[in-house]
Amino acid sequence: MLTFNSTNFRIWSKLGQRGSFFGIAVFEVVEQFHNVMILTADLAYLSGLERFINKHPDKFLNIGIAEQNMLGISSGLAQEGKIVFATTYASFICMRSCEQLRHYLGYMKSNVKIVGTGAGLAMTFSGNTHYAIEDLAIVRAIPNITILSPADATEAVKVALAAAEFNGPVYIRLTGGLNNPIVYKEDYNFEIGKAITITTEGDITIFATGTMVHNSLEAAKILKEKGMQARVVNIHTIKPIDTDSIDYANECSKLLVSIEEHSTIGGLGGTIAEFLSSQPNHTPLLRLGIADQFRHAGDYNYLLEQNRLLPEQIAQDIEKKYVTLNNREPGTLC
Amino acid sequence: MNKKKELQINSLAAKLRNKSLKMAFKAGKHGAHLGGGLSLVEVFATLYGGVISIDANNPTEENHDRVIVSKGHCVLSYFSVLNEFGFLNDEELASFETNGSMLHGHSTRDVKRGIEFSGGSLGLGLSYAIGVALAGKLNNRSYRVYAIIGDGECNEGIIWEAFMSAAHFNLDNLTVIIDHNKLQYDGDVTKIMNMGNLKAKLNAFGFYTIEVDGHNICQLIEAFQNRISGKPHAIVAHTVKGKGVSFMENKKEWHHAVLSSEQFNLAISEQ
Repeated sequence: MLTFNSTNFRIWSKLGQRGSFFGIAVFEVVEQFHNVMILTADLAYLSGLERFINKHPDKFLNIGIAEQNMLGISSGLAQEGKIVFATTYASFICMRSCEQLRHYLGYMKSNVKIVGTGAGLAMTFSGNTHYAIEDLAIVRAIPNITILSPADATEAVKVALAAAEFNGPVYIRLTGGLNNPIVYKEDYNFEIGKAITITTEGDITIFATGTMVHNSLEAAKILKEKGMQARVVNIHTIKPIDTDSIDYANECSKLLVSIEEHSTIGGLGGTIAEFLSSQPNHTPLLRLGIADQFRHAGDYNYLLEQNRLLPEQIAQDIEKKYVTLNNREPGTLC
Repeated sequence: MNKKKELQINSLAAKLRNKSLKMAFKAGKHGAHLGGGLSLVEVFATLYGGVISIDANNPTEENHDRVIVSKGHCVLSYFSVLNEFGFLNDEELASFETNGSMLHGHSTRDVKRGIEFSGGSLGLGLSYAIGVALAGKLNNRSYRVYAIIGDGECNEGIIWEAFMSAAHFNLDNLTVIIDHNKLQYDGDVTKIMNMGNLKAKLNAFGFYTIEVDGHNICQLIEAFQNRISGKPHAIVAHTVKGKGVSFMENKKEWHHAVLSSEQFNLAISEQ
C-alpha cells in the first residue's frame, strides 16, 4: 500500500512523472486490480519498467517497435477483460498509431490506457521527431477518450490509480524529466474531471497543465511581487474539461491565461477558447504555449525559454496583457 | 469428411449467396461490396456450419470461438451467416444500409449479435485478434480465434507487424484465413502491389500454413482441422472475387457496385 506523504512526494519527484508512474504507481495498480497488463513498444527499460517486469513477468508484454500493433493487441486484451496500460513516447503513440487510437480506443471504446512519455519538450536533444506538441489537439478531437495530464510526479501516481479504476479509454500525458518540480507538498484529493484551484485569490486566472502548473505558480509569485494577484488552476483533466472551473474564472477574473507545454493550437488553450466562445460574455484569454513552428533542438531550459515558458517570461507576458486590459477604455474597440 | 456434413454446408453456402445478392439488391443505389462478399461465402459457411463453437442464445459465453472479421467490407456474406445462425434477425438484416441502421457497409462490434470487431479500416483486425488470442492464453480459455483478412488488405504494414507477433507469442489458438481472391479495388493484386507467395511468406513468419481452394468445402474443413501445436495457423484460401455470378467473377468493377433489377434476376437465376 502506497503512502501519500511529503517524504514520498520528494522521492517520487526525483524519479519524474515517468519514473513515479512505472517505477512506483504500477505496483499499487497491480495490487488493486489483478487483471492489469502493461505493454510497451520497446521502451520497457527506458520507461523504468525493469522492476515491474522482474516482479510481474506475466503482466507484461513487449510488442517491439510496432506502436500500431501494440494498440491492436491492447484492444484485443482489453475487450477480453484486461485493464491495459500501453506505453511509448507520446509522439509515437499519438501520431504513428493515431488511427489505431481512433479506432480501438475511440470507436471501439476498448479499456486501454495509453501512457505517452516525454510529452511536450522533454525529449530535448532527440529533436522534433520525439517532441509531442500536437498530441492534445489530435487526441482531443477523437470521441470517447479521456485525457489526463498530471502536474507532478505525485499526481502521475494518482493518475495511474484513477485511470485503472476508470472504465474506458484514457490518454495519460506525462511531461517533464527527472527531478520533476513538486507542485503538491501535502496529500490532496484527485478526481478525474475536477480541476484543482491551487491559489485562490486574484483577478487573473491561470489555467495550467502538466509541468506548466509549477511554472505558473512561480510566475504567480513574481506577479504578486509586482502587485498582481493570480489564481492558478491545475487542469489535470483536459477532456472532459471542468467547465464549472472555467465559468467561475470567467465570472471573477479580468484576465484568463492558459499555459501548456503544447502548441497554442488545439490543446488546453484551444479547449478553453472553444468553451468561452459560446458564453455570452467572456473575459480575454491569453494562450501561452509552444509556438506554431518546429524549432531547433536544445536542452529543456533552452526549449522552454525559446517558447517563453519560463516563470519570468510567463509573468512578463501576463503583466503586459494585464496592463493593456486595465488601460483599455470600455467601448474603445466597439 | 462426412458426406452429409459437406452437403449441409454446401446448401448453407447456397443460402448465403442468395441472401447476399438480395441484400445487395435491396441496398439499391448505395451499392454494396459484392465481389469480396461473394468470395468468402464458402469460408463463412464452413466456419459457422462445421468448425466453430458459438451459440446465438449465449453469445458472450466465455469460451465461444472468436471470429474476427478484419476484412470488414465482406458484410454481405458475413451478415448473412450471422442471420442464418440467429445472431441477426430478419428485420435487422433487412435494415442493411438504411439510415441509422446498425448494419452498414462495414461491421461494427456488437458481441450480442456475434460481431466481435469493428471492421472498415483495413489491417486493424489482425492485431486485435492477436490480443484476443493472447488473452485466451492468459485467461486459460479454450476458445480459438479466427481472423479473416483479405489479400489486398495484406498491403497494410500493420498486418505484417501482427504476423510477426503471432509466432512470437506462440499463438497456436489463432487461425488466420486470407481471402486470396487476387483482386483489389484497382485491379490485380500482383500488379497493384505484388506480395508474391503468401504461403511462403507466412511460413517464414512462423505460421503453419495450408493453401486450399476457398470454395471447396471438403478442403476448407480439412484445412481448419490441419493444425500443429505451438504455431499459429494460416489458411490461404484461393477464391474467386464475385464467385457464383458469371458476370461478376474476376471483375474488379464488382468490388463495390450497384445491382440493377435485370442483373439481380440474372444473378439469382444462376444460383
